[in-house]
Amino acid sequence: MAGRRVEITRTTVFGALALAVVACLTLGTLISVGLRAENTGGFGPSDWAAIRFTLWQATLSGGISVILAIPVARALARRNFPGRGALVTLLGAPFILPVIVAVLGLLAVFGRNGIVSQSLIWAGLEPVHIYGLHGVIIAHVFFNLPLATRLILQGWLSIPAERFRLAASLGFKPGDIARALERPMLREVVPGAFLVIFLICLTSFAVALALGGGPRATTVELAIYQAFRFDFDLGKAALLALVQFAMGAGAALVAFRVAMPGGMGAGLDRAVTRWDSGGWLVVQDVICITVAAAFLILPLAMIVIDGAPGLFNLPMPVLWAALWSVLVALASVALTLTLALPIAALAVRRGSRIVEGVGYLTIAASPLVIGTGLFIVIFPIADPFALALPVTALVNAAMSLPFALRTLVPALAGIETHFGPLADQMGLHGMARLRLLWLPRLRRPLGFAAGLAGALSMGDLGVIAMFADPEVATLPLQLYRLMGAYRMGDAASAALLLLALSLAMFWLFDKGGRVDADA
Amino acid sequence: MKTLSFVAGAFLATAAHADTLTVYTYDSFVSDWGPGPAVKEAFEAECGCELNLVGVGDGAALLSRLKLEGVRTDADVVLGLDTNLTAAAEATGMFAPHGVTATWDLPVAWSDATFLPYDWGYFAFVYDNTKVSNPPKSFAELAASDLSIVIQDPRSSTPGLGLLLWVKQVYGDDAPQAWADLNDQIVTVTKGWSEAYGMFLEGEADMVLSYTTSPAYHLIAEEDATKSAAAFTDGHYMQIEVAGKLAGTDVPALADQFLAFVASEKFADIIPTTNWMYPAMMPAGGLPDGFSTLIQPETALVYPADQAEAARDIALDEWLAAASK
Repeated sequence: MAGRRVEITRTTVFGALALAVVACLTLGTLISVGLRAENTGGFGPSDWAAIRFTLWQATLSGGISVILAIPVARALARRNFPGRGALVTLLGAPFILPVIVAVLGLLAVFGRNGIVSQSLIWAGLEPVHIYGLHGVIIAHVFFNLPLATRLILQGWLSIPAERFRLAASLGFKPGDIARALERPMLREVVPGAFLVIFLICLTSFAVALALGGGPRATTVELAIYQAFRFDFDLGKAALLALVQFAMGAGAALVAFRVAMPGGMGAGLDRAVTRWDSGGWLVVQDVICITVAAAFLILPLAMIVIDGAPGLFNLPMPVLWAALWSVLVALASVALTLTLALPIAALAVRRGSRIVEGVGYLTIAASPLVIGTGLFIVIFPIADPFALALPVTALVNAAMSLPFALRTLVPALAGIETHFGPLADQMGLHGMARLRLLWLPRLRRPLGFAAGLAGALSMGDLGVIAMFADPEVATLPLQLYRLMGAYRMGDAASAALLLLALSLAMFWLFDKGGRVDADA
Repeated sequence: MKTLSFVAGAFLATAAHADTLTVYTYDSFVSDWGPGPAVKEAFEAECGCELNLVGVGDGAALLSRLKLEGVRTDADVVLGLDTNLTAAAEATGMFAPHGVTATWDLPVAWSDATFLPYDWGYFAFVYDNTKVSNPPKSFAELAASDLSIVIQDPRSSTPGLGLLLWVKQVYGDDAPQAWADLNDQIVTVTKGWSEAYGMFLEGEADMVLSYTTSPAYHLIAEEDATKSAAAFTDGHYMQIEVAGKLAGTDVPALADQFLAFVASEKFADIIPTTNWMYPAMMPAGGLPDGFSTLIQPETALVYPADQAEAARDIALDEWLAAASK
């Protein structure tokens, strides 16, 4: 019994420590921001415009993504074709795709000299305007249409196949099926999907930085950066950071109250047999799937086509930046796991939703809010710019934490349910339990979480833009600078390198978790 | 013994390292086709030191960068502020007097003891004369046209700030309305000049805010006569770019030597065909041929340095209000 008490204490201590770090990073920085925000004159019209724009673009991005996702998900649900599995897997890719790479790809497709605009001009029409609200929405839909499609597809596949069979035997027309089966499902799934995307777009920074059209298209995150970099107005930055946190926390609370569709899951690989979908519905589905796939694949294909020729001829600063990015990503992976594992252990052992909830705090706190807070705390004692890379690794780790917890907590709970009593009987506690039971059993989720954390950190362009020294940059920042200097050839090659590194980071860790040394 | 020589070697290496002069400047200055490479070569031959030119965004971002870094900054010299910012820069207390006396070829008399002028020019909208046949002759005509323009953010870029004060000086209290009228024309607002000019060259907009001297680049460096600057009857706002020495520099003698170099004919010789501006001091050989083809504004507009800061604050609020609608 004594051993058990010690063991609980150890879990509690490490868990509490990790929780304290997360609380300091989120609530602590928020308090320092709040104290700093006191002595400032309120908001000007451009700040209100930033708040309005943030909410408006998030609403539009969420709405358009979900509306477009419905026909695509329906098509994927009722069709079976070669490559369907690959396409569904591809729908998960934007999650680990560096934002700035996607922006460059979208510019190559939708920019004034892009394929779409050139075709429109050729057809005698107006070209697409990629800068400003349009561009921000296009980029957000690019990232979130796949997510929405996956979530809604899952809804479709959750309708038991027997119901479709029954509907067919009752002679239901497609309209009847929509009314009796599909719409009730959509009513349940769509609000949750919309809220998730709304929440993601609320903290949009890199997209607005690269594609925003000046004060008319500035998000609050971007306004924080501008208050900081353009005006050196820490008070204003702090006040905006409070607004950002309030919006994020508000949306997160609503999102958690609405039944949340699960993000990942099995069973996406088979189409339900349907009897209602012949004729013109086939044409409709083919068009939906083709257009959606082209929208996702074309920008990435452009990066590969434009970037491949210069890939082995990259300028030195790009290679240095790549090295820094890899190191930052590895540090971020280590930090993520160091924080996530003790929190997951504490959450499982205590069966506490609150513990897990604290871990999710970083969803509401955006990178720039945490960055502003850290800057205010660090500035009087040390040179914040000298700490740009460590700070980036830390903030990236905090941002990956919710995903790591989401992966680790259920896995660990499963392990404890199945093996916990036996381990207790055998007196397997403390480090021995970690080494012999948890780590071997957690290999896969740990590899997956590490891969996600590495890829997310690799592609991040947020807090680094705020802290960067002119001479030190991560690869995404260096890529952004190349775009700024209009060295589009180099930019495309750097983008291809970044894309490859991000995917490799995810693949290696995820694969590493799947290699089963014990078997 | 080995250890000793290693220590001595390390010491010597450190001593050599101390002879580095760090100059913060704007991005286009350090680009391959900008003045950076030539300036570095010429000055390093003269000083036997290393000149480290660091590009930190556009001109106005330079000043916020300095404020952000405070006394910890590595910069010894800042090159690329303009007269619209010198009062604000002076107020930081971070700059020391330049101590250089020279005869300037500037359109205004120069008496600033802290900042040293190195080139000047007029802001103008540049267009492709094969695509735009009837360029606007004033802000009013521009606003009434269907031409698209790219401008720079006045908070981070000196051309952007120049446009702000240009509009303010032409329109005075009516500036908010003028911005509201121009709003439809503006494709986007970039952080710096390089981004905006690059977008214009890529065809993302019909016109870009740049300088009356920009066409000289295309004419001389590329033998391309398709770029022109639109002459505005409203007058053109003038920019004088300056350099200054940081009071906290750890290599004051080197910083002084660099400022003297900036005020020399060697530097003035490099400027016209790399920075594409009028040098603050006329080179012995005069200006390159292409410069004679450039438009000469009838009216030069400028706020005196001591009034520019107050005008900036008002104009910035007006622009932010108009541009965020």
